[in-house]
Amino acid sequence: MFVSYKWLQDYVDLSGISPEELAEKITRSGIEVEGIEVSGKGIENVVIGHVLSCEKHPEADKLNICSVDVGEEEPVQIICGAANVGKDQKVAVAKVGAVLPGNFKIKKAKLRGEASNGMICSLQELGVEGKLVPKEFAEGIYNFPKEAVVGEDAIEALALNDSILELGLTPNRADAMSMLGVAYEVGAILDRKVQLPELDYSQSEGRASDRVTIEVEAEKENPIYLAKVIENVKIGPSPQWMQSRLTAAGIRPHNNVVDITNYVLLEYGQPLHAFDLDQVKTNKIVVRLAKENEKIETLDDAVRELKPHHLVITNGEEPVAIAGVMGGANSEVSGETTNVLLESAYFAPASVRQTSKDHGLRSEASSRFEKGVDPKRVELAAERAAQLLSLYADGDVLSGTVGTDKMDKTEKQLSITLEKINRVLGMKLTVDEVLDLFRRLQIEAAADQSTIHVSAPTRRGDLIIEEDLIEEVARLYGYDHIPMTLPVHETKPGGLSARQQKRRLIRQVLEGAGLMQAVTYSLTNDQKAKEFALDVREPVKLMMPMSEERSNLRLSIVPQLLESVSYNLARQQDRIAFYETGSVFLEESSSELPREDEHLAGAVTGLWHSHAWQGEKKPVDFYAVKGVLDLLWERLGVIEDIRYEQSREEHLHPGRTAAIYLKDEKIGYIGQVHPSKQKELDLKETYVFEVKLESVYTYETAPLHYSAIPRFPSIVRDIALVVNSEVLGGDLERIIKHAGGSLLKSVKLFDLYQGEHMEKGKKSLAFSLIYMDPARTLTDEEVVKAHEKVLHAVKEQAGAELRG
Amino acid sequence: MEERLKQLKQEATAQVEEAVDLKQLNDVRVAYLGKKGPITEVLKGMGKLSAEERPKMGALANEVRDDITKSIEAKQQLLEKAEIEKKLAEESIDVTLPGRPVNSGTHHPLTSVIEDIEDLFISMGYTVEEGPEVEKDYYNFEALNLPKGHPARDMQDSFYITEDILLRTHTSPVQARTMERHQGKGPVKIICPGKVYRRDNDDATHSHQFMQIEGLVVDENIRMSDLKGTLNTFAKKMFGEDREIRLRPSFFPFTEPSVEMDISCKICGGKGCSVCKGTGWIEILGAGMVHPNVLEMAGFDSKKYTGFAFGMGPERIAMLKYGIDDIRHYYANDQRFLTQFGQKEIK
Repeated sequence: MFVSYKWLQDYVDLSGISPEELAEKITRSGIEVEGIEVSGKGIENVVIGHVLSCEKHPEADKLNICSVDVGEEEPVQIICGAANVGKDQKVAVAKVGAVLPGNFKIKKAKLRGEASNGMICSLQELGVEGKLVPKEFAEGIYNFPKEAVVGEDAIEALALNDSILELGLTPNRADAMSMLGVAYEVGAILDRKVQLPELDYSQSEGRASDRVTIEVEAEKENPIYLAKVIENVKIGPSPQWMQSRLTAAGIRPHNNVVDITNYVLLEYGQPLHAFDLDQVKTNKIVVRLAKENEKIETLDDAVRELKPHHLVITNGEEPVAIAGVMGGANSEVSGETTNVLLESAYFAPASVRQTSKDHGLRSEASSRFEKGVDPKRVELAAERAAQLLSLYADGDVLSGTVGTDKMDKTEKQLSITLEKINRVLGMKLTVDEVLDLFRRLQIEAAADQSTIHVSAPTRRGDLIIEEDLIEEVARLYGYDHIPMTLPVHETKPGGLSARQQKRRLIRQVLEGAGLMQAVTYSLTNDQKAKEFALDVREPVKLMMPMSEERSNLRLSIVPQLLESVSYNLARQQDRIAFYETGSVFLEESSSELPREDEHLAGAVTGLWHSHAWQGEKKPVDFYAVKGVLDLLWERLGVIEDIRYEQSREEHLHPGRTAAIYLKDEKIGYIGQVHPSKQKELDLKETYVFEVKLESVYTYETAPLHYSAIPRFPSIVRDIALVVNSEVLGGDLERIIKHAGGSLLKSVKLFDLYQGEHMEKGKKSLAFSLIYMDPARTLTDEEVVKAHEKVLHAVKEQAGAELRG
Repeated sequence: MEERLKQLKQEATAQVEEAVDLKQLNDVRVAYLGKKGPITEVLKGMGKLSAEERPKMGALANEVRDDITKSIEAKQQLLEKAEIEKKLAEESIDVTLPGRPVNSGTHHPLTSVIEDIEDLFISMGYTVEEGPEVEKDYYNFEALNLPKGHPARDMQDSFYITEDILLRTHTSPVQARTMERHQGKGPVKIICPGKVYRRDNDDATHSHQFMQIEGLVVDENIRMSDLKGTLNTFAKKMFGEDREIRLRPSFFPFTEPSVEMDISCKICGGKGCSVCKGTGWIEILGAGMVHPNVLEMAGFDSKKYTGFAFGMGPERIAMLKYGIDDIRHYYANDQRFLTQFGQKEIK
């Protein structure tokens, strides 16, 4: 809602309050003022001029030589390029020395040999938005009405020096969608009186009810429908002040009749519609729900199909308007209109909302009906418009109003105790203070001891429950006056759940190991949603996606991380390492919420380690990433039950991928992205992992317990085992551990060899075994015995020979 | 003989002085103190002395030997030290060259902001609650006083999956679910962070996916002044002790009264600048007293219980804290952006 500071002064005395101060006060007590605009700010030396003569420039087809009276002794010569300039027009003249928006300075000039001492301006050149300029002047210079006074300041005449306050209205404050509503608000804030418009005007002898009949068939959707008839109107431009006010409010001026309906809409918040009564043809209005397959051509020249839940205004035969949304082309007010039927109605908010949504039409009218207009203003607004039509369109207003009014306009009665107000706010207000606040709001209130009874006016449809009254009190009294306290109650310790602590630990460990936390989108395209998924199934899909790229919920985080890897590769990053924790979404049944599993994923490529000046450069490999995960398992206390198994996964390198098991459950994978997939995504050698965190979170870790530092020496035995190439190191290690018994404290691989000194198809794995007994020094014999068992086992179970 | 001993002492001391390395010094030792050295020679001649002179000379000879030994030892220490220093000097390196890099990742800036806020409220006795990102219409809207047909819940603004299931548009459903779990018994004192989704085209200030963090306190006798005090504590801890707050009336369907909180602009100190659009104030969050309908729907007696709630956007908080100018940075995962947040901010 745009509020003209000048216009507002018609209703509230604003003396001593600057637009800026007013904006601050309105913001502090209820409605955010999002900005203050002065569209002609800084423009000077632009006056109203009278074009005395206008001749074609002899040297240029498109230029005119104009002699313009600007209220000085001599007329000035101005060369004007506008196609619509002409003799006898009243125009805006920027004199030499004027500065227009965009720091455009007007200087003396010569155009094709002819002197030009100024510029005749379009409204756009004076800072008016193009879409608000009346259509006839949209492509050229502006013409003032004939009665404009030559030599007067044009900016003043156009009210472009007015301050326009832009109110950001929250949905509850529909009452402030009118100048009168804003006046009540400002009156309350400043504690000043609100002056309502005087509505007296002379009516003609004829009765409106003799001229038209109104029938409302859909009372639920249309509880009030009132009409007035104005005859013999003269269509023309509306007065300059009215045009300026409409422009300031963001509405384009058309002609006096249309402008007046819009003016009253802005003033009272009551949308009106003017029909050309002769085009309605039947002198009859029937309001009803549309019929199946009924059509109407609306003012914007579009043919619209109607549905049976759309409320329409008809002439008894065919629709002439979509109620509250848009008028029909067949009954539009035009230059030839002489008799007007003025409609003022209350259309049910839900009905208008649905209809305007169905047609994709939101207008100043529909946005007010949708929120519910003040039923008491329906008739007042009709009277106000009739008054203005008689004044500014020379119309004869037939006496009386035709129509039906079935709406209950009783004011809602609310009661609240002072104790409750003070208890909720944490304040110590008195009954008198509270009553005074309602007086300022012009809301009837009375106290019965400490209970306050409030009669909520129909213009304030947002006052429904006690809490609404508390808000009125608080906002007008001022939130600055509320003290600052902290809740007084039994204090319990706050904290993170085990799951939340583990999540933070995961972040710490992975970041400590060099991975950067990424956050990617949950929505992706159909293909990416499914790729790399641990649980392969159809992804959850949106009903109405905004784009194919964001249409499915992800089943895996990896594809999005790879996208981030590509993005960074393209930006010359030589080491890219990401992890992300987040939900993936698994549909269980279409009527239930999908299962949301928290996953951890990672993607690493490029240099794992580099230290250039010492010549160290190590690209990432499978084991670098596996090492990071192992560190994580250790810190989470699950490593004892973690196992990797050679695995094949879609889009992963068949020889460089492992499935990760926690106990017997496969919880994830780690591997290199398949070379063909790497190529498709423009990636270099890239390793990824994805893990389901649920089982990790719920794993019961053994409590930490100290074990004594060994006091007896340990004995180290290194063995190099030659095995067939296919034998897995992990299997060998398991065999050794199992066979070594309780004395074998640790097994560590320290060498892997396959190459020219090795028989083809064989490899050598060297392990370091540590034997120890915490209670005593081991004898050689005991170690030899245990060690032999190990050697026997690896030979039996893996065909391993000691390397010679 | 006495002369000879004194002369030897003088000669030896001089040679010790002249020795430039340990080898030369050792030569001096062997030359003077060795079995074939001159002092031994002198001592061998002791037999010729009288009984009175013998002990005198003996003592003198010993004294000379001790003195030479001491001077050799002292010199030896000096030489050894010099030798070590020489060796260390040869080992010296350019300490200004870069160290071997240790890989280190970073928290995403949004995570940092969320964890800071979580920790602050945990210190005031809050717990952290989470809920599903795909929600039932009931929890996302109805339970929050947004009945079907309410203008603020337009289909156009939300990502629906079925008529009744959608991507949550705020983290408020976690409040509704938590209150419901409490079965009408206070206190509820929670903070709920998480991802939310709205039908917005991604641009510098809009993102179809973003974060929210909300707080909720429900108990008997929770007052609006408690909300103001809590928000004041938050603003000062989060943005600096010198910040002021102001509450402005606003509207949310799930709170009444509803307010928005501004903090004084740090950049201009409240005088007005481009960041605060000349107002001296920056909008931070929305808040209010929990609407009685919301309490009742979650099973709380609104006659007995009151509560406050507040909610904010970590993206906006991080933008203000760090001067980030485009919301898309948070989701592009550009390492050149992310690495800027490696430093842990300690206040």
